Amino acid sequence: MSVQFSEKAMQEVQRLVGRYPEGKHKSALIPVLHLAQQEFGGWLSTETMDYVATVLNLKPIEVYEVATFYSMYNLKPVGKYLFEVCQTGPCMLNGSDDIVAYIYEKLGIKPGETTADGLFTLKTVECLGACGYAPMMQLGKNYREHLTKEKVDAVVAECRNTAPPKTDQ
Amino acid sequence: MAEEIKKEAPANFKVTIDNITIEVAPGTTILNAARQIGGDVTPPAMCYYSKLQGSGGKCRTCLVEVAAGSTADPRPMPKLVASCRTNVMDGMIVKNITSDRVQDARAGVVEFLLLNHPLDCPICDQAGECHLQDLGYEHGKEGTRYEFKRRTFEKEDIGPYIQLHMTRCILCYRCTYVADQLTNNRVHGILDRGDHAEISTYISKAIDNDFSGNMIDVCPVGALTDKTFRFKNRVWFTKPMDAHRDCDKCCGKVTLWQRGDDVLRVTARKDEGGEVQSYEGKPGWICNTCRFDTKNTSDWVIEGPTKINRHSVISQGHYVGLVKPKETIAEVMGGRDPKLLMDIHSVSGVNSVEIAALPGPATSKNFIPESKQE
Amino acid sequence: MGRKLLLDKAHVDGIRYYDVYRREGGYRSVEKALKTMSPDAVTEEVKKSGLRGRGGAGFPTGMKWSFLAKPEGVSRYLVVNADESEPGTFKDRYLMEFIPHLLIEGMITSSFALGSNRSYIYIRGEYAWIVDILEQAITEAKNNGWLGKNILGSGFDCEIYVQRGAGAYICGEETALLESLEGKRGNPRIKPPFPAVKGLWDCPTVVNNVETIAAVVPIVNEGGEEYAKIGIGKSTGTKLISACGNIKKQGVYEIDMTISVEEFIYSDEYCGGIANGKRLKACIPGGSSVPILPANLLLKTAKGEARMMTYESLADGGFATGSMMGSGGFIVLDETQCVVKHTYTLARFYRHESCGQCSPCREGTGWMEKILLNIEKGKGKMSDIDLLWDIQRKIEGNTICPLGDAAAWPVAAAIRHFRDEFEWHVQNPEDCLKRNYGLAGYADPLKVVTPA
Repeated sequence: MSVQFSEKAMQEVQRLVGRYPEGKHKSALIPVLHLAQQEFGGWLSTETMDYVATVLNLKPIEVYEVATFYSMYNLKPVGKYLFEVCQTGPCMLNGSDDIVAYIYEKLGIKPGETTADGLFTLKTVECLGACGYAPMMQLGKNYREHLTKEKVDAVVAECRNTAPPKTDQ
Repeated sequence: MAEEIKKEAPANFKVTIDNITIEVAPGTTILNAARQIGGDVTPPAMCYYSKLQGSGGKCRTCLVEVAAGSTADPRPMPKLVASCRTNVMDGMIVKNITSDRVQDARAGVVEFLLLNHPLDCPICDQAGECHLQDLGYEHGKEGTRYEFKRRTFEKEDIGPYIQLHMTRCILCYRCTYVADQLTNNRVHGILDRGDHAEISTYISKAIDNDFSGNMIDVCPVGALTDKTFRFKNRVWFTKPMDAHRDCDKCCGKVTLWQRGDDVLRVTARKDEGGEVQSYEGKPGWICNTCRFDTKNTSDWVIEGPTKINRHSVISQGHYVGLVKPKETIAEVMGGRDPKLLMDIHSVSGVNSVEIAALPGPATSKNFIPESKQE
Repeated sequence: MGRKLLLDKAHVDGIRYYDVYRREGGYRSVEKALKTMSPDAVTEEVKKSGLRGRGGAGFPTGMKWSFLAKPEGVSRYLVVNADESEPGTFKDRYLMEFIPHLLIEGMITSSFALGSNRSYIYIRGEYAWIVDILEQAITEAKNNGWLGKNILGSGFDCEIYVQRGAGAYICGEETALLESLEGKRGNPRIKPPFPAVKGLWDCPTVVNNVETIAAVVPIVNEGGEEYAKIGIGKSTGTKLISACGNIKKQGVYEIDMTISVEEFIYSDEYCGGIANGKRLKACIPGGSSVPILPANLLLKTAKGEARMMTYESLADGGFATGSMMGSGGFIVLDETQCVVKHTYTLARFYRHESCGQCSPCREGTGWMEKILLNIEKGKGKMSDIDLLWDIQRKIEGNTICPLGDAAAWPVAAAIRHFRDEFEWHVQNPEDCLKRNYGLAGYADPLKVVTPA
């Protein structure tokens, strides 16, 4: 796969860089990495990071340092649908362990694993700021909250049926 | 605010550290003021390096208590402060070894630093000149309270000159500052975060730059060691000699670590604080040509033995002022010589092998004498 | 029913959009400030209001603003901290999601006071959909002349940008946030210099929490003195509390700081009591890093007085018998919950979120997590409890940023108040895998020591 932003993505990069004063384009690194992850298969390969470095005129190591620091960047390929289940205190109080166990029961994947068909990856994460709507998980751009076994069933079915994850509010 | 005060302040600030008062220039840090006093009142520092801008503040071994902020505002500071990054104020009173709080916190920091350290000193080239060893010796406890598996990392090859042992790293960041401030193309950095943060190039890239070898000199532990010296000798068996040569890249002033006439290793010269020595205010960093590729004694003008602090284990190899003990065997044996059961020279070539010339680490095979080789 | 200043209109249909927000009286504070007040006068009102930072530390906002250095010819910045990541806290999300224009309005007014022509909202990366909501609100505000050049003919220029983080709790610490905003790893800076002197790109910068900036709107509209009349003592105005855990009605509540903790938990206006008819065991009243309190100490102070939902009353008794208002993340544990396990999840959180820059936090958080897991799984020793205490003691106060303290305090408080539960885990290694310790005496009335 050759890594190259589409024209539209490139415009977005320009818009992002334009939000900072002259010479402070490094500030765009984190948003541009988000964009790159979205554009290039849901994860950041070395090739992708090197490309981002070129686009923003940074040293590759500056990109690696940042990409490995933040937990939202996937440095390995992930399934098409990434279930990020919160397991911190308040979610634990409301049964997040059961949700993780149920996903294993249903899809046969433990945290960090991907289903054989490459469709689902399960990841346990720390507090996502939805403590009052626990248990919950992040799927794509959105949160799925007040999870129950039935809701997990519904989310899985939705992913299997509709190709792209729901992106509207 | 600090700048405003500076303008009105006297030329020098008086600061009292462990009851010793000294005058220092405004802008001096507590640590550097303590270094001017010297001796026990100097807090240990594992990450601060005066020649590297932005270093310090991270390891927390140099924490001190500020019992009075200044004459103008004599209130004590509530928390212990990192002496390497806190500037003195006029009339400041600092407690280091006289503060139980500091000693307690420092013992904690040393324990934290050693928690995941492999303690592989017996096979570590840094042993004998390792700041963590010194720190552990002075402030550490004999046992550990840590009952879990120590952290490990995947091994990474960072090129022909520098050996990276990530398990020994204490994340002082000094090597990244060297790469940023001495070279124009940093290829390694701190990756990941928290207890999995590591020094890496991410892509196993060779660190190749004229001044990259200085990363070895600034590394306080055995995380970055000289591959051309690897396993060749223990530093305390070597003989450090000050030497120089004309170099078009660097100052050319070095310490040669010799064994016999062999040059086993070349480093920059170090000052009393263990940092690279400055000449006319400029740090004497050396280039990789001097360090790695100039290992014939004839390449160098030898100035004389390097002064080594007598507390250092390296000084035990210095035969200065040595008095040879009287031979007593012949005396007690009534004039007869002892009968040797074995002549070491017949079974080992240890004194005839030129260790520096070996392509790789020295192994027992290298010491089989010619007479025994097939 | 208490007064609401921030969320009063949050449920008006369509309030997320400009037209409705404006119709409901939005952007009055910008008009008032830009047309009738000087920047210093706005700061003065904020000082008079007694507003304290709503992010967790509770530092007086007006004072923070007055520290901002104003050298000639150097840009100044306002950065809003929307990196809401403290477990138990989800109030800023609520505010931004439902009434985004309130934040934008507060930012314009505050930017005017501080002289920031370019202000940023740094939002945690996971709140991806809120970025869209905020950017839409900014576009609407700009289209209606509230942003851009020469706003309302005042000569004041201002732009607002939303910067998305990428998953790092540490970026809620203001200097780590600035590093991240500069496109670097979120390693907190060593202070001094403080952001007010050297912040974003080495320029003077004020970093304020979302709720703090939103509160500037009612302060300017009604005047600082009026605002200060709400609440008790130094806890002025209203505070958003995000309540979660084992309560009937989880959610975000705006309280004027005059009610008691008991009323907050049990009244139908707020949490509605403990869920499923269970009893209250413990509570962390201000986000995961503040000390946990057992039921009895939560509802009454050690002196036997009712504990109030104020900065002072929650902190009454210090760490020995009190806690903190913190960020307002109110986590309730019912009688069936295990304090050891809960503390373990928090320790795991802090280990995961430590930046790794300074040694006590990098090494200590992981150590505590491992010991807590052992105790939770019935593999602990009695000496582990004292060891935990010693580790947290050696982290606290000895790190670059407050994450070390935040990791140490929950462990310290859990041992301080629930030591017998820890001991029970050690002494009943098999039992503790099957059931929890239960309520024990944690709700028993306290013996109040009356001075002779």
